[in-house]
Amino acid sequence: MSIWEYANPKKFMGWTGPVLTWTFILGGVSLAVGLVWGFFFTPDDFRQGSTVKIIYLHVPAALMAINAWIMMLVASLIWVVRRHHVSALAARAAAPVGMTMTLIALFTGAIWGQPMWGTYWAWDPRLTSFLILFLFYLGYIALWEAIEDPDTAADLTAVLCMVGSVFAILSRYAVLFWSQGLHQGASVMRAGAVAGDTQERVSNVFAVPLFISIAGFVLLFVALVLLRTRTEIRARRMRALEARMRRA
Amino acid sequence: MIALLLRDLRLAVRAGGGFGLGLAFFLIVVVLVPFGVGPDTALLSAIAPGIFWVASLLAALLSLDRIFALDFEDGSLTLLATSPLPFEGAALMKALAHWITTGLPLTVAAPALGFLLNLAPEAYVYLLLSLLLGTPALSMIGTFGAGLTVGLRRGGLLLSLLVLPLYVPTLIFGAEAVRRGADGLDPTGALMLLAGITVGGFALLPFATAAVLRINLR
Amino acid sequence: MLQVRNLSCARGGVPVLNAVSFDVAAGQALILRGPNGVGKTTLLRTLAGVQPALDGTVDFPEEQGAYASHADGIKAALSVTENLVFWAEVYGGDLPDDILEKFDLTDLRDRPGGTLSAGQKRRLGLARLGVIGRKVLFLDEPTVSLDRFSVKLFADWLRGHLAAGGIAVIATHIDLGLDAPELDLTPYRAAPDAHGGSDEAFL
Repeated sequence: MSIWEYANPKKFMGWTGPVLTWTFILGGVSLAVGLVWGFFFTPDDFRQGSTVKIIYLHVPAALMAINAWIMMLVASLIWVVRRHHVSALAARAAAPVGMTMTLIALFTGAIWGQPMWGTYWAWDPRLTSFLILFLFYLGYIALWEAIEDPDTAADLTAVLCMVGSVFAILSRYAVLFWSQGLHQGASVMRAGAVAGDTQERVSNVFAVPLFISIAGFVLLFVALVLLRTRTEIRARRMRALEARMRRA
Repeated sequence: MIALLLRDLRLAVRAGGGFGLGLAFFLIVVVLVPFGVGPDTALLSAIAPGIFWVASLLAALLSLDRIFALDFEDGSLTLLATSPLPFEGAALMKALAHWITTGLPLTVAAPALGFLLNLAPEAYVYLLLSLLLGTPALSMIGTFGAGLTVGLRRGGLLLSLLVLPLYVPTLIFGAEAVRRGADGLDPTGALMLLAGITVGGFALLPFATAAVLRINLR
Repeated sequence: MLQVRNLSCARGGVPVLNAVSFDVAAGQALILRGPNGVGKTTLLRTLAGVQPALDGTVDFPEEQGAYASHADGIKAALSVTENLVFWAEVYGGDLPDDILEKFDLTDLRDRPGGTLSAGQKRRLGLARLGVIGRKVLFLDEPTVSLDRFSVKLFADWLRGHLAAGGIAVIATHIDLGLDAPELDLTPYRAAPDAHGGSDEAFL
């Protein structure tokens, strides 16, 4: 049996039911562990004080904001190539979640930025990129909402997602070109930071709860997207049944 | 393909204001900014590159929804899609016609308006160059957006929402080139990147535009 | 020679016609019949390649098809001649000398398209078919808003087109006076949940 069989709407509803429950449970647990550990059982940073603890929300949200878009891009490509409806609906379902992650990253960043840089907002490349990413999400969602025919909407948003991805990357470089910025480099995911051979590595005391927190966000994202995809499938099925009733 | 370009230009001239409207809008935006930010010449001179670029972007946006809407309504678009003309070529010509009616007049007029915002004398040539290299990209990206929203009844607002984020890199490189020119720095890098966006856009976006138009026509 | 085999097509993702097959030989026309909404327009659009078929094949000499519907693509700001010259150029040909005469447009040649009456516009739209030099025509209600005299003009032109080896598939409710077979589409009506609909996977 081909792996694509799981993408059939009925099969998809079947196997995602139990998976959804477990991802929610696992995601909730790891999020709770990661956040409680991070907020209450890690020492304050010697320079940043307790404000550093917002990292447990900020970094995972920022990661998921970008990963959600990448997931949408992959789902759009699958829709364009293989015409699996579930794939298009999953892309649609992921967009608001990704947009919310972008907002969380922006807000927590502002809260973090105020004590650190003395300002809630700066036109720093990273901050600006996320603002642009937010606008891309907004346009993508608006296009889905505006088109009535579901297949046309899926096709057009898929093309927008692909073209948008190219321009999102372009914008990233344009913004770097435009301003050098205040934001620190990515310190969590760099190999050196984890291996510990640089000065600015994230200490293990902070890293372990952070990774648990990231895992929580990933699972939460998966659960939310599955849930929303299931809702989209049900809505689509209702539409189909209504259309059939009208014709009968 | 030239026939399509000539037809669109002729229509723009005859329909009245095809050439003039975008330009007049550009002029008004440039004139309004000093009323908003105050008459301080030093400040105006500092923000002039950005104003010119934002104004061109808005002027380009203004006429985007007309690129395909009329042809869609009267059936020409379907007839073009079934004609021997490559549809990608038609999209390209549409973008070119839009540029000639909006981008080109702006580019020519902008240096003449530089004194209104006290633009640094060294920046004039870079203003002209950056607009010349960058406004075609605005038209091409806009044509793609217009193709995406052509079937929608109230596509105008959505079109702006979709296209403006796509304009970000062009705006940044364009304004940066002028700013560097004004500050006596080397603007070559920004200009090259701007030209890169235009060339890349014209190479790839006609395909995306033709694809979304076909989806909207079926 | 136009060959259609097992063609199924959909409108807005809902299958409307199933397994339509027919042949039209060079010099022949085919009249499509059937009640409103049976799928005549959908079939013509599919034949012309405006929309993809769900299934089946359409075969005719490459680069020879042309589609015409009620939307004529007439530009209000261009004159009658300019409108026609544009299409001639798109199809890489010249304006035939007698085309204005054949569609009784000689007196209107310099009038802007926007000032024409509905029937005159329709004549201009049909004259486009004479300009582009395509053999296989897919015509959707070509005689809408034409008076009897204009219908006869068009029928005469069409007869000439067929005599020169052309092919036409026409959806029409009136008698054009052509000696052409008719195809009633009612028996080909697709079941709404037939294979290939965009809702299929969800039912």
